[in-house]
Amino acid sequence: MSPMSEFFAMGGYAIYVWSAWGLTALVMTANLLLPLRQCRKLRIELEQPE
Amino acid sequence: MSVIKEYWHKLSSAKHFYPIAGALLPWFLIPALLMLIWGSWQGLVVAPADYQQGDSYRIIFVHVPAAWLSMMAYMVMAINGAIYLVWKIKLADIVAESAAPIGASFTFLALATGSLWGKPMWGTWWVWDARLTSELVLLFLYLGTIALRGAIDDRQRAGRAAGLLGLVGAINVPIIHFSVEWWETLHQPATVSKFSAPSMHSSMLTPLLVMALAFTLFFFAVLMVKIRAGILEQERHSRWLSALYAEAPETTTTYSPEGEPGRNG
Repeated sequence: MSPMSEFFAMGGYAIYVWSAWGLTALVMTANLLLPLRQCRKLRIELEQPE
Repeated sequence: MSVIKEYWHKLSSAKHFYPIAGALLPWFLIPALLMLIWGSWQGLVVAPADYQQGDSYRIIFVHVPAAWLSMMAYMVMAINGAIYLVWKIKLADIVAESAAPIGASFTFLALATGSLWGKPMWGTWWVWDARLTSELVLLFLYLGTIALRGAIDDRQRAGRAAGLLGLVGAINVPIIHFSVEWWETLHQPATVSKFSAPSMHSSMLTPLLVMALAFTLFFFAVLMVKIRAGILEQERHSRWLSALYAEAPETTTTYSPEGEPGRNG
């Protein structure tokens, strides 16, 4: 096995290791982006009151 | 004394904390992201495989920081809820409200990554033992305070109710921590806090500690953004906010006469 595919295979635990890390990346990205977007939306509402 | 009092008074007002939160954000976020990158590289690539668990142990680098953060975020929520209950500081209520969903999401992560680790190592996704059950209770406590807040229309009453539930539920945090010592459990005991005789080699321990610090800084970065959103939401009719945004120089238009296209001349 090439070093690269060996890395992704995670010694046979690929499904568990990558699911755990992938889920973490997903949750953290959402945690950061959603409030940033909400903040921006609220600021725009303040800048342009109807 | 009065200087400290005045300082505290300013810091605890939404108006003064709004720009402070904005200024603090990059100081939390940039180190957090750098440490996440370094810690992931070390944890996934550089650190050797475990002699018993092989590569499956690499889940520890996201599982333990998430679990640690789930408890720390709860303490931030509970303490700020208590401050609101006692001193009625609005900002503390906003902090408590902001911390809850972040904490809930990391509690979910701790449970999910633990499950993904338990399956290959214990042969099961879930056991009803003390550590896992008390962490699940933590998730329900978070969801409970969020639901309670959503169910009560009056902002002050909602904040007090959520604050009280959060405070009562804080008893669960030491229970989670000591659960592996008090009860028989499948869950392994603490690896990190035994500084006298660390049971982990530094090639694994260092990235774990870096990831834990990165998660903590990340939490405070997200908290700052959510606090700002919370202040914007709650104070949107206040004069200081419209002075800051609605009447900001770049948006004030010197009213152009009728028919003339273009603003500002």
